[in-house]
Order: sequence, then structure tokens, then C-alpha cells
Amino acid sequence: MAALGAPLRTLRALLRELRHAAGRSYRDSPAYRHVLAGFRAHRVTSEKLCRAQQELHFQAATYLCLLRSVREHEALHREYHGRGERSPQEVAGLVGFRLPQQPGGKG
Amino acid sequence: MSSVAMWRGCRRLWWAHSPPARLPRPPPADAGGGPVGSCGRRAYVPPAERKRFYQNVSISQGEGGFEINLDHRKLKTPQAKLFTVPSEALAIAVATEWDSQKDTIKFYTMHLTTLCNTALDNPTQRNKTQLIRAAVKFLETDTVCYRVEEPPALAELQKNEWDPVVAWAEKRYNVTIGSSTSILGPNIPASTKETFVNHLASYNMWALQGIEFVITQLKSLILSMSLIDRHITVEKAVLLSRLEEEYQIRRWGNVEWAHDYDLCELRARTAAGTLFVHLCSESSTVKHKLLQD
Repeated sequence: MAALGAPLRTLRALLRELRHAAGRSYRDSPAYRHVLAGFRAHRVTSEKLCRAQQELHFQAATYLCLLRSVREHEALHREYHGRGERSPQEVAGLVGFRLPQQPGGKG
Repeated sequence: MSSVAMWRGCRRLWWAHSPPARLPRPPPADAGGGPVGSCGRRAYVPPAERKRFYQNVSISQGEGGFEINLDHRKLKTPQAKLFTVPSEALAIAVATEWDSQKDTIKFYTMHLTTLCNTALDNPTQRNKTQLIRAAVKFLETDTVCYRVEEPPALAELQKNEWDPVVAWAEKRYNVTIGSSTSILGPNIPASTKETFVNHLASYNMWALQGIEFVITQLKSLILSMSLIDRHITVEKAVLLSRLEEEYQIRRWGNVEWAHDYDLCELRARTAAGTLFVHLCSESSTVKHKLLQD
């Protein structure tokens, strides 16, 4: 079984991503209710190994990874790939170069 | 225009990336203020994304499973079939994808919707046997079985990182896999393939579509199965799949618009596939503990 850390941490991160995705009214979304109900149903108070809880935790961590990666991917896409081809000046700037200046003009 | 026609239309627009008759459009409104430069518009502007044409997303339970409603219009697949999914959790996740689209619909971020569409339409027209064969074929060229001899640091990294996963798979499935530095790859016995074919046959069609998707993302049957069996997390599986790239990044430096972009996309796709498999193959029985005095 993969090491996942504390379930509460996953839950908090998951809710943060859902809030980011759904905006202000995220508490009314079915995803919020489903995640919270799932975590509450599998809450255990003893230290016993609970297979169902671990499976749920793994699923929650996977969903968290999905939401987070989609958000990051979208941000990178918007920044670098979403607006078509770049001009030579911009491409040079991306890798830290500047195009040469020709004082007298070309030719 | 009915929702079906709209939906078909937007899929067509999306697939045919740049129809010849269309002039390049100005970038979407949220792209304003970027480094456009003095020459005005950039060349080869990507096609405009479809506007979000609905307000509310809801879920309803139909005969075949759970359906998604966009403002009381039912969501359809690209082949105009009714979009129904077997599990409520999956329907909620798909609805969340549709609901989290802001001004425009970005299909490239909606991996679960795409996977459901693939499972419903089955565009490649493959049956279960063909799917399993395609999945097990990856074992012959599995990423974690191909090792390098030089540079020595990378060879050692591969040994330290990949050997435990291979050993786990050998123990879990009671098979022989091994690894090789030859270009021909390791010699995998037929019994190993047979074991994996039999194991994969125990999954249903939906889960198999997801498993094949994960395998093609990670380029490894062994990593995919250890992910599906919850032995490693998505982050770890993606790291192991990109081990050589990570090694080169550590040596030569990271480029955000190539390496991080790929990493995020691969993580998103792998996580979506794994979640899809788990949600489609679980028998949703919740057992409540009886209170005892």
C-alpha cells in the first residue's frame, strides 16, 4: 500500500481544489457533499487497519492529484501554449537571449 | 439549435483543429494583456474555444445509470449516444469537470469525460480480448524492464528505483519478469503473459478501457498494475515512468514550458485513468457498522 500521509490533510487539500474549481458556492456542489460524506462514513476512531478507509484515501489522493494537475496544466497552457506562435523576440526572451541590434538597418 | 446538434458541432470544431475556410480569430478575452508585441496578433492562433453555453450542471439517475444534465438538456457522447455512467461518484466527478469550466469549455482538461466517451462509443471498435492483448503487448517493451549501462549514475538510479517495483510485481502475480540492457529487451516467458491476460480478464469493459489508457500514458504495464493495485501513488508512478527525463532535468536544468507542462499533463491523465478504473470496477456496497453496547 502506498504511503499517503494523514487523511485529514488529503481532505483539506481536496476541498481547497474543489473550492478553486467551483468558486464561492462550492459548498452546494455535489462533489463537496460526496467527498465529505465519504470521509465521514470511513472515519475510524481506533487504530485498527481499515482496508476500506485506505482504499477511500487512495481514491481521494488520486482525485486530488487529478484536480491539482489539471489546474497547473491549464495555467501552463494559458501561459505558454494557448496563444499561437510566438514572435522571434519572445522566443529569444524565453531562453534568456536578445535579438541583435543593427543600428544602420538591414542590408 | 438542439443540444445534440450543438454538441456534435462543437466536437467537430474541436477535432478539425483548423478548418481551411476559417480565418484566424483573435485570442480569447482572458488572453489580453499578454506579450502580444507591437506587430499585433500572433500568427497561427489556436481555434477559439467554445463558450460555456449552460449555467447549471446536475446529475439524474436514469435506466442505464447516472446521466449529466446541462440546463435540463442531457449530455450526449460524440456519437450522439446518451451519456450514462455506471457509478454515482464518476457522474459527480464528470459533472464537476463540466461545472468547473469558466468562460469557455476546455476539452483538453476534461479527462474523465473523455474516458467515459471512449468507453461509451468505443471508437476503435475493439472487444475485450483485443483490448487485453493490446495492454499485455506493452509488457514486451515495458519501460521498467529496459535498462541503460551508461551513464553509471543513471544505471544505478534505474536499479534502485525500478527493481523494487519489478520485484513487487513478480511477487504479487507470482511471475518472472526480469530486466535487460539489450535492445531486444528481457525474455519474458509465455506464462507471465498468460497470467496478466487472465488477471485483466477479471475487469469489466469500462475498467479495461481505463487500464489501457493508463498503460499507454505510463508506457508500462508493471507500473500501471502497481498503480491500479494501490501499491504506489500517481505521483510516484509518473516519476518512475519519467525516470530518465528526471535524471536529465537534474543534470541540465528544468524548462517550465516543456518539462513541467508534460509532467502536469501526464499526472492529470494518469490520475484520471486510475480514478476511472477504480470507480468503474468497485462494487459500491457500503456496510454500516452495527452499534454495539
